[in-house]
Amino acid sequence: MTATSTTPASAPEAVSPGRQAWRMFRQNHSALFGLAIIALIVLASVFGPYVYTVPPREMVWMPLTPPGESEYLLGTDYLGRDLLAGLINGGRVTLTVGLSAAVLTVLIGITVGALAGFFGGRVDDVLMRITEFFQVLPNLLFAMVVVMLFSPSLLNIAVAIGVVSWTSTARLTRAEFMRLREMEFVKAERSIGAGNARLIWRVILPNAAPPLIVVAALSIGTAILFEAGLSFLGLSDPNATSWGRMIGDNRPYILDSSWGVTFPGLCIFLTVLAISLVGDGLNDAFNPKLRQR
Amino acid sequence: MLKGSLRKLLNALLLMIAVLVLNFTLIHIAPGDPVEALVGEMGGATPELIAELRSRFGLDQPLYVQLGTYLGRIAQGDFGHSLYYDQPVTALIAERIGPTILLVTTALFSAIALGTVLGVFSAQRRRSVLSHLVTVISLAGFSAPVFWVGIMLILLLSVSVPLLPISGMSSADSAASGLFYILDVLHHLVLPALTLALIYLAFYSRLSRASMLEVLGSDYIRTARAKGLPKRMVIYKHALRNAILPVVTFAGLQFGQVISGAVLVETVFAWPGLGTLAFESILRRDTPTLLGILFFSAVMVVVMNLVTDVVYRRVDPRIKAR
Repeated sequence: MTATSTTPASAPEAVSPGRQAWRMFRQNHSALFGLAIIALIVLASVFGPYVYTVPPREMVWMPLTPPGESEYLLGTDYLGRDLLAGLINGGRVTLTVGLSAAVLTVLIGITVGALAGFFGGRVDDVLMRITEFFQVLPNLLFAMVVVMLFSPSLLNIAVAIGVVSWTSTARLTRAEFMRLREMEFVKAERSIGAGNARLIWRVILPNAAPPLIVVAALSIGTAILFEAGLSFLGLSDPNATSWGRMIGDNRPYILDSSWGVTFPGLCIFLTVLAISLVGDGLNDAFNPKLRQR
Repeated sequence: MLKGSLRKLLNALLLMIAVLVLNFTLIHIAPGDPVEALVGEMGGATPELIAELRSRFGLDQPLYVQLGTYLGRIAQGDFGHSLYYDQPVTALIAERIGPTILLVTTALFSAIALGTVLGVFSAQRRRSVLSHLVTVISLAGFSAPVFWVGIMLILLLSVSVPLLPISGMSSADSAASGLFYILDVLHHLVLPALTLALIYLAFYSRLSRASMLEVLGSDYIRTARAKGLPKRMVIYKHALRNAILPVVTFAGLQFGQVISGAVLVETVFAWPGLGTLAFESILRRDTPTLLGILFFSAVMVVVMNLVTDVVYRRVDPRIKAR
């Protein structure tokens, strides 16, 4: 008997909200499954090209070879390019664009929503008008116009997606800020002399974080779908393979080779599904009360 | 009431003007202008000629004058000429808008109807098979790229089991008219509408289930049950009426995205609507047409929002009081 714990076993231990959420999350099997899939896909995209070195954009075998009939596991496309190599390299592009677009979406959305919700009045009026305007714009069409007028570089595509997708994040942030700004702890901070910037970013935002984290996670999935749609339409960097582009390129040949479209689509589907599962898991973890839904 | 409607109309008008100003700004900040393109095609020109062309196109005017001219032309219904078809943009759009509206409304209404039914039933039995089915459908529908779903459905229902036509809106070889033409179009409509509807079914079944669950837990439902009303009456007369409100709101708000989704689905099925036209305009770098489609789609969204507002007032009389 050397060191005995000072707290009896039955005493409720103090747990930080983050840790509590992680505990809830850990019990959610489908969310963990989603997390595992995401880890797998990210690993494959980051290290895959070094392990599987078949060039994705060169003819390596007979065009339209079905899966399993050559050394190229998933078969070849209409130009005789290795499908597996395309998927591995395309994952990089899809994930990079999706992630950067989502970051931009969340940054714009939180900034607009925070300012509108915090200041209210005139500022809120103007910012909500702008939000309303962007809600009216058909997002894919607008992104198509932007990408066509400026070149279809990966950066432009990410920016186009970010610029059209932030409105729901802004609305949610605004609602959270309006709710929180009247609370005691914010008034207390203000009374000890905290300025607006501190109140917004250091006091209110951390408390508004849980729902925003869920939205941020889901917006990665939305951005990936968006990027896939644009590159399916041919609006993607001509020098980069992406999953959506592979579907668009192989679409005219579906009668001869369904695999050229099926596999890239499955990759997109699985990635976004995994992200949704994690998003749902986070949602449950942050709002245990809503769990029974 | 009247004043409110007038303000809404004014707001809608302002939104449309804002879309036009945005269009104009985009064209002007994008690299390359029409004169440069023209000079490039001519294989070079003297500085004098370039200056003359600029003044002829009005490009030497200050930006606000150019914007004024642009808005003035739009007000007269002149959206410019397609760079590919020898037709004004408005004529092209008028030709293609019908099929898009047919597709979008069919898909949206089926998704809302079926989604509400699924949501309402699954909310009553939370742990039932149906309830899990709604969860699975909504997850899958949110995660699958709509164009890929379309292609998979083609492989399934047109190639493996040749039930439905792969693409187009009518059979090219049939000179059918009247009822046969309508049946032919409906036959072609099934796959694209199903594709689009599946994606939105995911959303609406989940939304109406969540909304129904919330309403079923409220006090007035308990009261209705306590006073012995039949279950059917409680669910359909008391609960559904309130649970459907978010569905109506989102149907209006989401219309912009529905049109965007239609771009992808129309492209997959070569459905001769605005979406396919938009896709073709990208291939041909036909900027005036693409901008025209963007504007008309925005108009459709604004109109849809106004309609939603009216429907909302009908469904929820409390709104009027505000």
